[in-house]
Amino acid sequence: MPNVLDIRRRIRSVRNTQQITKAMKMVSAAKLRRAQEAILRARPYAGRILDVVRSLMARSEIRRHPLLEEREEKSIQLVVVTADKGLCGAFNANIVKAAEGFIREKGDQSLDLFCVGRKGLDYFGKRSTPIRHEQVNLFQRIGYGHAREITGKLVSQFLSGERDAVYLLYNEFKSVIQQRIVVERLLPIPAIALAPDQSPVDYIYEQPAAEILNTLMPRHVEVQVFRALLESSAAEHGARMTAMDAATNNAVEMIESLTLTMNRARQAGITKEIIEVVSGAAALT
Amino acid sequence: MADSTFKLTVVSPERLVVSAEVEEAQVPGKNGYLGILPGHAPMMTELDIGELSYRQGDRTGYLAVTWGYCEVLSDQVIVLAERAERAEEVDRERAQAAMERARKRLSNLQDPEIDFLRARISLQRALIRVQVSQRPGGSG
Repeated sequence: MPNVLDIRRRIRSVRNTQQITKAMKMVSAAKLRRAQEAILRARPYAGRILDVVRSLMARSEIRRHPLLEEREEKSIQLVVVTADKGLCGAFNANIVKAAEGFIREKGDQSLDLFCVGRKGLDYFGKRSTPIRHEQVNLFQRIGYGHAREITGKLVSQFLSGERDAVYLLYNEFKSVIQQRIVVERLLPIPAIALAPDQSPVDYIYEQPAAEILNTLMPRHVEVQVFRALLESSAAEHGARMTAMDAATNNAVEMIESLTLTMNRARQAGITKEIIEVVSGAAALT
Repeated sequence: MADSTFKLTVVSPERLVVSAEVEEAQVPGKNGYLGILPGHAPMMTELDIGELSYRQGDRTGYLAVTWGYCEVLSDQVIVLAERAERAEEVDRERAQAAMERARKRLSNLQDPEIDFLRARISLQRALIRVQVSQRPGGSG
C-alpha cells in the first residue's frame, strides 16, 4: 500500500505544476492576441506593396529583374523558422520534421540552412546539414528590422549567384488550435500577375519605373519574411496555449486520481489499525 | 475633382500610422519635397528621409519618415514608409543622442572602421526626428 504522506506530497507537486501551466496558458493567450494584432497591423503595408509591384510588373518593359531570374536549382538555402522556446506541443518537432523531409527531397543539390529561432538551431546544430546563418532570440520582440536583416543576407547570396533558390519554411497561424506548415519559394520571386479585377494605373513616375522596381523588389521579399515571422510567432503562442491547456487538464485529472488513491490508502490504514486493536483486545480476554 | 480633401494613408510595416481626410500634404520625395493638393494626377515616387506634413483645416500634423514610396491616386494618397513616427511619438532625447553620435562619427573620418554612408544616413535621420519633435504637438 502506498504511503499516505508520499501521495500527499505528490499531489502538492502536481498542483504546483498545474499552477505554472495555467499561468503559462494565460500568458500565451495574451501574447497570442498581441501577435494577431501585429499580423493585422502589418497587412495594409504588405497589401499595398504587392499592389504596387503588380502594377509595375504589368508594364511590359520591366518584366525582367535579377530577383525574378529562374536558374537551375543547384544550390539551395532553406530558411527554417522555429520558436525560441519549447513547451509548445509539437510546434517545433513538426517544423523540424518538415525540414528533414525537404532536405531529403532535395538530397542531390547542395543545401544549407538559415535557422531562425533557437530550437531549430539546437536541432540542426547536431546534424550534418550545414548551417549558414542563424538568428535567435528574436521572438520576444519581432521588429521589421529582423526581417530586413534576414532578407539582406538572402538577397545578396542570391544575387551573387551563390544560391540559386531560397525557400522559406514556417508555421502558419490557422487558428488557435491549428497550425499549418508552409513551404514557400522566396527567391527567385514567383511571377506576380495582375489581380483580375485590377487595371494598371498610368502613373507619372518621378523616378524611372525600373529604378523604383529595383528598390521595391527587395522590400517585397522583406515583407514576405516579416509576415512569416509574425505568422510563426502567432502560431507558436497558439500552440503553447493549447499545450498548456491540455497540461492543466491532465493535472486536474491526475490530482483527482491521486486523491482517490490517497483516501483509499488512508481508509486501509484506519481499517488495519482497528483490526489490530480489536485482535489485541481479543487476545487479552 | 470638386472635393476639397483627399484621403491620406501612411503605413509602415508594423502598423497603420495615419489614416485621415486631409486638404494638403507635403511629402519628402527623393527629388525634393512635393506638395500634394486634391485632384493631383496619379503619381508614384520614392521617398527620402524627411518630414511629412499634412493639413486638416487649421491643424497640421507632422511625421518623420524614413524611405518608402508615395503613391498618389485620384482620390487618395498612400505612403508606404519603412519607418514613420508621429511628432508626439518621437523620443527627442534619443534622437538628439543619435545625432551627437553620428556627428562624432562623421568628424572622425580618417578612421577606416567608420562607414561614412551609414553615419551620414543616421545623422540625417536623427536631424529629421529632432526637427519633427519640435513641431507643435511634439515632445520638444
